[in-house]
Amino acid sequence: MMRTFRAFLRKEFLHILRDQRTLLVLFGMPVMQIILFGYAINTEVKEAKVAVLDLSHDVRSTSLIDALFASHYFVDAGHLRAPRDIEEIFKAGEAKMVVEVGPDFARRFAEGRAQVALIADASDPNVANIVAGYAGQMITRWTAAHSTAGIPEAITVEHRMHYNPEMKSVFLFVPGVITIVLMLVSAMLTSISIAREKEYGSMEVMLVSPLRPGMIVLGKAVPYLLLSLVNAAFVFAVGRFLFHVPMNGSYPLLAAEALLFILTALSLGLLFSSAARTQQTALMLSLFVLMMPTILLSGFIFPTSSMPWPLRILSNIMPAKHFIIILRGVMLKGVGIDVLWPQTLVLTGMCVLLLVVSIRKFKVRLQ
Amino acid sequence: MIAIEGISKRYDEVQALRDVSIDVPEGELFGLIGPDGAGKTTLFRLLVTLLLPDTGRMTFDGRDVVTDYRYVRRHVGYMPGSFSLYQDLSVRENLEFFASVFQTTVEANYDLIKDIYVMLEPFAERRAGALSGGMKQKLALSCALIHKPKVLVLDEPTTGVDAVSRREFWAMLRKLKDEGITILVSTPYMDEAAQCDRVGLIQDGQLLRTGDPATIAQAFDRPLYAATGEDAYRLLQALRQREDVEEVHPFGTALHVTARSDMDPDNVQRQLREQGFTGAHLAPIRPGIEDLFMRLMR
Amino acid sequence: MSDAAIHARGLTKRFGDFTAVDHIDLDVRPGEIFGFLGANGAGKTTAIKMFIGLLKPTEGEASVAGFDVYRKSASIRRHIGYMSQRFSLYNDLTVLENIRFYGGVYGLRRKELEQRGDEMIAHLGLEQHKDTRLSELPLGWKQKLAFSVALIHDPRIVFLDEPTGGVDPITRRQFWEMIYAAADRGITVFVTTHYMDEAEYCHRVSIMVDGVMAACATPEELKRQFSAASMDEVFYQLARAGQRTE
Repeated sequence: MMRTFRAFLRKEFLHILRDQRTLLVLFGMPVMQIILFGYAINTEVKEAKVAVLDLSHDVRSTSLIDALFASHYFVDAGHLRAPRDIEEIFKAGEAKMVVEVGPDFARRFAEGRAQVALIADASDPNVANIVAGYAGQMITRWTAAHSTAGIPEAITVEHRMHYNPEMKSVFLFVPGVITIVLMLVSAMLTSISIAREKEYGSMEVMLVSPLRPGMIVLGKAVPYLLLSLVNAAFVFAVGRFLFHVPMNGSYPLLAAEALLFILTALSLGLLFSSAARTQQTALMLSLFVLMMPTILLSGFIFPTSSMPWPLRILSNIMPAKHFIIILRGVMLKGVGIDVLWPQTLVLTGMCVLLLVVSIRKFKVRLQ
Repeated sequence: MIAIEGISKRYDEVQALRDVSIDVPEGELFGLIGPDGAGKTTLFRLLVTLLLPDTGRMTFDGRDVVTDYRYVRRHVGYMPGSFSLYQDLSVRENLEFFASVFQTTVEANYDLIKDIYVMLEPFAERRAGALSGGMKQKLALSCALIHKPKVLVLDEPTTGVDAVSRREFWAMLRKLKDEGITILVSTPYMDEAAQCDRVGLIQDGQLLRTGDPATIAQAFDRPLYAATGEDAYRLLQALRQREDVEEVHPFGTALHVTARSDMDPDNVQRQLREQGFTGAHLAPIRPGIEDLFMRLMR
Repeated sequence: MSDAAIHARGLTKRFGDFTAVDHIDLDVRPGEIFGFLGANGAGKTTAIKMFIGLLKPTEGEASVAGFDVYRKSASIRRHIGYMSQRFSLYNDLTVLENIRFYGGVYGLRRKELEQRGDEMIAHLGLEQHKDTRLSELPLGWKQKLAFSVALIHDPRIVFLDEPTGGVDPITRRQFWEMIYAAADRGITVFVTTHYMDEAEYCHRVSIMVDGVMAACATPEELKRQFSAASMDEVFYQLARAGQRTE
C-alpha cells in the first residue's frame, strides 16, 4: 500500500515539474499578486492635505499646529469652525485628515489631560494609516519638548477612521493572497489533474485496477495537499520578509487552520472533478464557480460589511471568507482559538460535509 | 472464461447495445469487429466493470461481473481506446507507475512483457508523448500486462496505427494467447478478422453473428462474383442498372457482384462486352467477412 | 512548367537537422485518383501541408493546379478542396449551417449557395436531417457531407487525409463511389488511407518511407514489381524497411 502511495506522489510531482504552466500558476502567480498588491499601494505619503479644527485657540494649541505644518509631510487645507464641517471637507476630498484639538487645551495640557483627535479619511486606508501615524509621532515629539509638568503622556491622542473602520491595508492583503493561492492550488489543480487522467484514459485503467477508490482519491489529494502547504509557507514568507507583514499569533495555530482550509478546498476540487470530463471544463468550473466568487465575495478586496444583504449571505458560504478572518486574526491581531473558534467551527463543518460528499460522489465506475 | 448473456445498455438517447450474448472460452483470441459507434467500447467497458448493464448477466471466470467486480479488477488487463498513457512521463516511468498501481513490480512479471519490452527498451527514457503510434500501443500493452492478467481486454488497439505496426501487434497477441491468456480485442478493420480464433460482427449495438473467421463467411446466402474491367466506375454503374444483379460493391481490384437467383454470369459478361467493356470478366468467388458484414448490415 | 495537377521536383522539407520530406518527385495527372501511402511518420502529412500551402518547402519546386507553392499559395487554396479525418465540419452547427458557412468562405453567391446546398442535401439523402446538428449524425454521414462540402466551390483538386478511418464498410464504399464520381467529373483526387484495399481503388499509388518516395506506379505494376498478391503485401515489404517513427 505504502509503495503504491509513494508511486502516486512521485508521478504527480513529475507531472507538475514537467508542466511549466502549472509551475507558473504555482509559484509565479502568488509572487505576482503579492507584489502587485504590495507595491501598487504607496507606503510613503508626502504633502498630505490636513485640516485643523482648533476648539481652544490658545498659545499651546497654535504651537502644536504650527509644529505639525512645519514638516514637509502636511499641507494646510484650512481651518474648520465646527465638528460638522469634518464630513464636508472629506466629502469634497479637500483633506485626508483633520486634527481636532480639544477645548481648553493649554490648561488641560498643563494638568496632563489634554485631548487631540486624529480623524482620517480611510477610504484610502493605506494613506489614512500613514498620515495618522506621522501626526501621532509629531504630537509625541512636541509633547516631549513642551511638557513642563514632566508628564510624558500629557495629550491623549484619539484615532478615528472615517468610511473604512476595518482599516484595510497592505497587511490585510497578504492573508487574502494566501487564501486565494491556497484555493487555486488545492481546488483548481486537483480538479484539473483528475480531469486530465480522464482525458488520457488512465483513469479508466486505474478504476479497473484493484485499487480502492479511496486510494485513488488519496493519491490525487495528498500531493496537492503537500504542495499547497509549501505554497502557503512560500507566500507567507514573501509577505513577511518583503513587506514586513507582522505575525503576532501562534505558528502552530496558523498551520492547523491552513491545513483545515486546504482540506476544504481539496474536497471542492474533488467534487468538481467528478462533474468535469475534460481539463477545459475543470478549469472553467474552478474559475467561475470558485475563483471569481472567492475573490469578490470573501472580503479580500471588498469589505463584506458594505455588501447588500443577498451578497452578504452568499459570502457566508464562501470558505475563504472565514479563513481570511482567521488569518487576519492570527497574523495581525495575534488572537488565538478562544476568539476564532466560531470561524474555525464553520470551516470544519464545511470541510467535513464537502469531503463526505466528494468521496461519495467519486464513483467506482464511469457512470 | 467470459460469458455474456443478453446484455443491453442504453445511454440517454442511444441504445448502445441490444441483447448481446457472447461466450469466450479460456485461452481464446476473440475479435469484436465493427465500425465506430457499433457498441464495441460500451461492451468492453461493461465487461471490465466500468459500466453497469441495464439488463443481462456477465460472468468472468465464473464470477458475476457486477457483484464480484473486485475479482474482475484483479484479473483483467484493460487497454482503453485512447492508449491510457501519461504523455509527460517516460516509457520507464509509465511502466513503473502502472506496476505499482497493481501492487507489483516490473521485474516480477518481466518474462511476460519481455518480448514487447525489448522493442521499447531503446526508448526507455523518452516521454510517451514523443513515441510513434506503434510504440505507444506496445507500451500500453505492456502496462496492461504488468500484473499477469487472466484476461486481456483491448479496445481498438490498432486504430490509427500503420500497417507494419499492426502486423507486429497481432503477432504479439498470438504469442500472449500461447501463454494461456484469454484475449478480447475490438477493431474496425475487417481484414484483421483472420488473426482471431473467433470473431463477432457488431453493428448498431447488435451482434450480427459470431463464428470462426475461416468459415463464418459461408453464411453469405447468395452467389457472389468478382467483376473486373478497364473503367471500374463505369462498370459499376452498368452492373447496378441490371435487373439480375442485387448489389455491387468495389472490393480492391475487383467489383463484388451479389447475384439474384436468375443471373447467368456468362450472359452478363457477354452483354457487358457488347456495351463496350471489352475486357469485362466475371468469375465466381468465395465471400469474405466484409461481404458478409455488408450483407448482414442491410 | 507542366500540365500536371500536382507537380513536384526534389521537394524537400527540413525541420532543423531532421529531413521530414527528402527530394520527392511527383506528377499527378488531372482527373487521376492518386493514393498517397506511407507509415506513420513517413512524411505524408508534411508533404500534403506543402502542397496545400500551409508549409513553405525548404528546397525543390512544386506546383498545384499550375500555381507555384512558394508564391501563389493563396491561388492554390482557392482551387483545391481539403478534408481530413480530424478537422472537417463543425459539430455544433446543423447540416445546412455547415454548408452555408463553407459556401460563404469560398465566396459563393446566395442564389448559387442555396441551389448547391439543396442539390447536395438531396444527393446525400439528408432532406430529413438538414436542420440536425452534426454531432447527432453517424460518422459515415458526416464524412460524406464533409467530402461534398470540400467540393462546394468546384475545386480542381481535392486532398483527402484518411477520410474513411473507422467508417463502416458500406459507407466506406459509398464514399469511394463519391470519389469515383468526382474523378469522373475531372476532379483530381489526392488521398491517404490506412486501408490497403482502398489503395487498389486508386489509379496510381505512391508509398513514402522515411521521407523518401519509395515507389510510385499503378497498383498492378507495384504488385508485379514486388511479386505480391495484394497492396497490403507491397506496403508491408516497403514500410518494414523504414527506421523512422513519428
